Amino acid sequence: MKQTIKKPVLAVGPFHPLQEEMEYFQLTVDGEIVTDIDMRISYNHRGIEKISESLQFDQVPYLVSRVCGICSASHPLAYINAVEEIAGVTAPERAQYIRVIINELERMHSHLLWVGLGGHFIGYDTVFMWAWKYREPVLDLLEAITGNRNNYGNVRVGGCREDIPDELKPKILEELDKLEKKTEMLTKAVLDDPVLHARLKGVGVLSKEDAVKFAVAGPTARGSDIAIDARRDDPYAAYDDLDWKVITQPEGDVFAKAVVRLLEVLEAIKMCREAVKKLPKGPIALEVKEIPAGEGCGRAEAPRGETFHYVRSDGGNRPVRHKIRAPSYVNVPSFRASCIGEHIADVTITLAAVDPCYSCTERVAVVDSHHNIVHDYETLLQMSREKTACIKKEIGAPELKMEDF
Amino acid sequence: MKQEELISRLTEIKDKLIDIEQPSDKRIYLPCEAENNFDVCKFLFEDLALRFVIATGLDSDDCFEVLYHFSNDETGHVVTVKALIRDRGNPSIESISPFLPGAEWIEREIRDILGIEFKNHPNMRRLILNDDWPEGVYPLRKNCPQRGEGTIK
Repeated sequence: MKQTIKKPVLAVGPFHPLQEEMEYFQLTVDGEIVTDIDMRISYNHRGIEKISESLQFDQVPYLVSRVCGICSASHPLAYINAVEEIAGVTAPERAQYIRVIINELERMHSHLLWVGLGGHFIGYDTVFMWAWKYREPVLDLLEAITGNRNNYGNVRVGGCREDIPDELKPKILEELDKLEKKTEMLTKAVLDDPVLHARLKGVGVLSKEDAVKFAVAGPTARGSDIAIDARRDDPYAAYDDLDWKVITQPEGDVFAKAVVRLLEVLEAIKMCREAVKKLPKGPIALEVKEIPAGEGCGRAEAPRGETFHYVRSDGGNRPVRHKIRAPSYVNVPSFRASCIGEHIADVTITLAAVDPCYSCTERVAVVDSHHNIVHDYETLLQMSREKTACIKKEIGAPELKMEDF
Repeated sequence: MKQEELISRLTEIKDKLIDIEQPSDKRIYLPCEAENNFDVCKFLFEDLALRFVIATGLDSDDCFEVLYHFSNDETGHVVTVKALIRDRGNPSIESISPFLPGAEWIEREIRDILGIEFKNHPNMRRLILNDDWPEGVYPLRKNCPQRGEGTIK
């Protein structure tokens, strides 16, 4: 008699419309071990590339800042880099510095958001509370500069829309100093914690070879020892004038990615402080009347990796083609390399480690092919936390307290 | 790879290309016929070790174009292979996903939005279109109406 063996399937997703991305992961499991992964995306495709063809060149930045709520500075900047390449214009120096300041503030708040959520997934809610508390003043600074906590809408072809007034400079520097101290403490707490070492090291490893094959970008690549960073490799804005370094870690596991992000926050603070101090005087924008025919590639290093925009113009007032590639588009498929062979309890944090967006893990369900839903998101989260608790017990580590920060 | 080396190595595949264009300092475009695209991309990825960035599908007036963007991170060059697909009735091109899994998604996406077939693609399911989206309607073709300009038949 022919028998078919049905393998249990673990469904992660598909969507939560309040979050920025929707993804659905179907994990085939053998006991506790993941043996295969399948992904589906585009549950909320908004057709932004098509809409862009119907807008004028100076309207598109406001559209692309809505590609992602977190990366709402890097997408417009990558687009502007492409259009300025076609037009052959360079924005005034002051505008270049303002672009750096806004983009680095964006990186700080995005990475802190990730650290908080990563802590939440493995049962460190103290880290979650504190990281998000530190993030708040960064959003306030962005609001003070651009008028918005997100969707800044501050870049335009040939410059910037809003200036940074001189009165605001001391406030920015003061907040950066405070944030630096807190982030240093947080980084030290993570690097020294034996439980986090035991919980996150060797988990969800993305080897350097796989990272190249899947063409990953940003902290996901830098955590696998690939030193790429669009800010250094293809300099835009004022990154060339500033003193900073690209952070890499060789291991490729979740811990390495966490370390890369935390150290990048510190680099971003340094860079931002230097940019505020060096902010040159002068105009913040120049008039660009026409975009000639041609094509351009613009890149910007978003918090999650390189954002790439390709724009083609036929000399009219609208782009004839505008291609947008967000970093998660190349980072998410790398789960095929990093999740297979892992324990179910490690899946939430491995998926979270590339910072794809958490919509996916909000709706998690384990499906057994003979029964209906067996476990839901809460259960998986519980499994992840229990594993941390077990390690804590084995090591005999004390509970992480608020005072430790 | 340094800039001089990159440009001299690109001339090795000159007979597969229509032209080598360098409109600005850090951007190189390599237009080629669709049938040579596979070899050119393989050369860039495996021999020159360039990083794959993304591909762009494009509906030009008389042909379809698939642009494969590669990055040389040491110098910040973007090398774009511009494959021209002249058969508009039945557009197809050889997939590069067999040696470059990072291109799997974007090739599926281009098939969805432009209707270009990728030969030998390992997993040619729909990526971004809904399951009930009608066959033969490709939203990024120029004859597909923009919002507010009528409906799809």
